[in-house]
Amino acid sequence: MTIFSPRSLTEALQVLNEHPTARLLAGGTDTMVEINFRHFEPGDIISLRHVQELQVFETLSTGYRLGAAIPYKQFENGSFSHVSGALSEASRTVGSPQIRATGTIGGNLGTCSPAGDTLPVLSALDAQIELSSINGIRMLSIHDFMLGVKRNARVSNEIITAIHIPKINGFQGYAKVGVRNAMVISIASACLIHNMDKSHISLALGAVGPTIIRCRTAEKWLTQNADLSTSTALTTEVIEEFGRLAASEALPITDHRSTAEYRKHAVGVLAQRLLKRAMK
Amino acid sequence: MSTSSEIYSLRVNGTDQHVKDAWIGESLLYVLRERLGFMGSKGACEQGECGSCTVLINNDAVCSCLVMAASAIDTDIITVEGLAPSESPNDIQQAFVTEGAVQCGFCTPGLIVAVHHLLETNSSPTEIEVKEALSGNICRCTGYGRIFSAVQLVISQREKSIS
Repeated sequence: MTIFSPRSLTEALQVLNEHPTARLLAGGTDTMVEINFRHFEPGDIISLRHVQELQVFETLSTGYRLGAAIPYKQFENGSFSHVSGALSEASRTVGSPQIRATGTIGGNLGTCSPAGDTLPVLSALDAQIELSSINGIRMLSIHDFMLGVKRNARVSNEIITAIHIPKINGFQGYAKVGVRNAMVISIASACLIHNMDKSHISLALGAVGPTIIRCRTAEKWLTQNADLSTSTALTTEVIEEFGRLAASEALPITDHRSTAEYRKHAVGVLAQRLLKRAMK
Repeated sequence: MSTSSEIYSLRVNGTDQHVKDAWIGESLLYVLRERLGFMGSKGACEQGECGSCTVLINNDAVCSCLVMAASAIDTDIITVEGLAPSESPNDIQQAFVTEGAVQCGFCTPGLIVAVHHLLETNSSPTEIEVKEALSGNICRCTGYGRIFSAVQLVISQREKSIS
């Protein structure tokens, strides 16, 4: 049982390669709850706190590269909202200021809970996940990365090093239902991205299935029934049908947080609300 | 690279503290209280919900129950004890007393750290900014009204002392 605190990405990848069963520790807001409640007995730990490369934000020609250990706090900042308004909104709904100063976007991906607040945004943006190992870098679509409830495609010698998101010309929005404004895990959530250059609207749902759900049917129907090259108000019928289709794509369960029926209803409402905000 | 399974140092309130014979999974809250004797930070939920264990790490207010202590090497940790000597409360602590913002007192140290952090980053927050900044600190006694009054008192006192 050892904790390693590498000071560079190279060091981190080497130590992980030598200790492939080690738990990677980013912010710790998920792992420490597991440990405090004795749901997880830590073996070797690799703390990523001092790996500066994981904190870097870069503007690329077609989009942005977000270092995986950037905390939510940085995304909720107003100056970030031009990069991705939806990611900014989603980050602001995470836990409390204390949690947002600690938890990281890479940690959200690593845990891969269906209720992970930034995951619907990354799905709707068709983000690319950068995974690094001592053998090099592998890029994986977010859709191939998320495999199921708390399961992802990272292999044991890889570290999630960055998330690549595109620059979007158009509305981006995130909405979430919970029992209070702060400190709440999603009962249902949704992210809608309007890419005017591609005349396309994408919609992703959180907490209503084993992993994030992309509403391909609702998206396709909307492309065929609305002009998405601009932001123009839609008819009530179109908005309602979009919400109905989105709800029909949800696969919610009943658990201690809510019922399947309520979740299905709620995501339909969230989809309609976001569409109204996008098209006006 | 440091590997620390047995002994490590934490910089708490400006002083290096050696932690010996610790179990790797211990939270910073546990180490502060049980190994180093800083009893100001309180443990209630141990899952980041209540904020009573709030401390500053590198000037960020965080829940110490969610920080693995051994991962916090080479950071600056400030606990409520580091904000003012116990015999002379600072203006935030005094305002909590004056406004009756303390009842059972269990949430108070976390709230004092959270308010300190808020006013360090924003000296004249709006009411909604105060509420959002304290949204991670749960108080089951006061109903929050007196806590918000205490924050307003500090803000107005500090504004007067500047002008």
